[in-house]
Amino acid sequence: MTNAPHGGKLVQIKQTAKDSPSLEGFKANQKLEVSRETATVVANIANGIFSPLEGFMGENDYLNVLEHMRLENDLPWTIPILLFGSHDHHFGAGDDLLLVDEAKNPVALMEYEGDFNISRQEYASKVFGTEDKAHPGVAKVFAGNERAISGKLKAVVKPEHGEYADYTLSPKETRILFSEKGWSTVVAFQTRNAPHINHEYLQKSALALVDGLFINPVLGKKKAGDFKDGVILSTYRAIMANYYPKSSVVMSVLHYEMQYAGPKEAIMHAIMRKNFGCTHIIIGRDHAGVGNFYGPYAAQEIFKEFPDIGITPLFFKEFYYCKRCAGIASEKTCPHGEEDKLSFSGTKLRKMFADGELPPKEFMRPEVSQAILKFDKPFVE
Amino acid sequence: MTKYTSVSIPLTLHKRLEKIIAKKTGFKSVSDYVTYVLREVVAMHELKDTPEPFTSTDLDEIKARLQALGYL
Repeated sequence: MTNAPHGGKLVQIKQTAKDSPSLEGFKANQKLEVSRETATVVANIANGIFSPLEGFMGENDYLNVLEHMRLENDLPWTIPILLFGSHDHHFGAGDDLLLVDEAKNPVALMEYEGDFNISRQEYASKVFGTEDKAHPGVAKVFAGNERAISGKLKAVVKPEHGEYADYTLSPKETRILFSEKGWSTVVAFQTRNAPHINHEYLQKSALALVDGLFINPVLGKKKAGDFKDGVILSTYRAIMANYYPKSSVVMSVLHYEMQYAGPKEAIMHAIMRKNFGCTHIIIGRDHAGVGNFYGPYAAQEIFKEFPDIGITPLFFKEFYYCKRCAGIASEKTCPHGEEDKLSFSGTKLRKMFADGELPPKEFMRPEVSQAILKFDKPFVE
Repeated sequence: MTKYTSVSIPLTLHKRLEKIIAKKTGFKSVSDYVTYVLREVVAMHELKDTPEPFTSTDLDEIKARLQALGYL
């Protein structure tokens, strides 16, 4: 038995082909164009990753999430799931809307419930803890619409994940996978990075406490300087083939746009992995953070406010190679200073790879470095 | 927005809780403390009543896909 879904029920919206009659029933002027990222949210709602949501939030859920970090039904939830639109429509409650992508292909049929205004300032300060537009999540909010449209999804076009299709598993699939492997406890590892040695030790330390490790890299829109999707997948394949036991480690990808909301996003990461059936999640240093917007362990602290989240966070201090210890250490186990830590800034690492240089094996497995070097441009520009 | 209601607890228990909260527990009031504890208890009960979210047909189809992809 895997962990129960958030709210007790794994949401399953009917998935269908583009030309299915299930998508009919809307009038010609009842179409709404959505971005690629919103289409990804639709797919995540449809296969239960965002359970118990069955569509885009209404105003009550939205306000409750901002004020109390909970849905209207009291379940923990920290980042609103909104569909942004405009005033310029003639939709009435109960109308069927066809959501279409930028190429006008159908994405989903949604029953319109209503719409409401948001305050960008309030959203930014309550979700991201700042209104500073240097924060990528805040910048996106201020560049976007202030009108949110709510409604339940009725049918969704089965998403195509192209080259990542074979690495994409739904919560229903991961639940069966964990169960078939005989795992009753599974720890999730959220990542948007190629694996360094410190990630490997973090994962293996957590794995020592449970039956299985679920590596779940995020693929999707990211900020400049992050590794590209293909690089993340390729490097994880390399490290898993050489250093991880097949019997206790699996990987599938999560299509999701990072918000960089630090602690609030850590809670959402936990909820999504709970819906995949995980019983535990690793929360390390500066989880889902960006720049210096959040304290290094703020994403661990916030879990104290959710005794009912239903997934156990495993907190770790940062791992690193310590030159004096001559091994992998952490802030908890190593008495030495910064000067003894083997570390590279993102800028330095990007330059090394651009020059065809490999970082030392104490920092990154050679197989991982080689996999990165196979890409001409491994970083998001 | 969240609405609130009152629940009666013995005054003696309320006083004991006030003493606990006074010791820098991070809770602002007895109500906050009780809400926290009850949420934990409710979540435990809800967990027990949840069936697996898949049917035997799902199981066969999904196992076949997982085997084809090398997961099983």
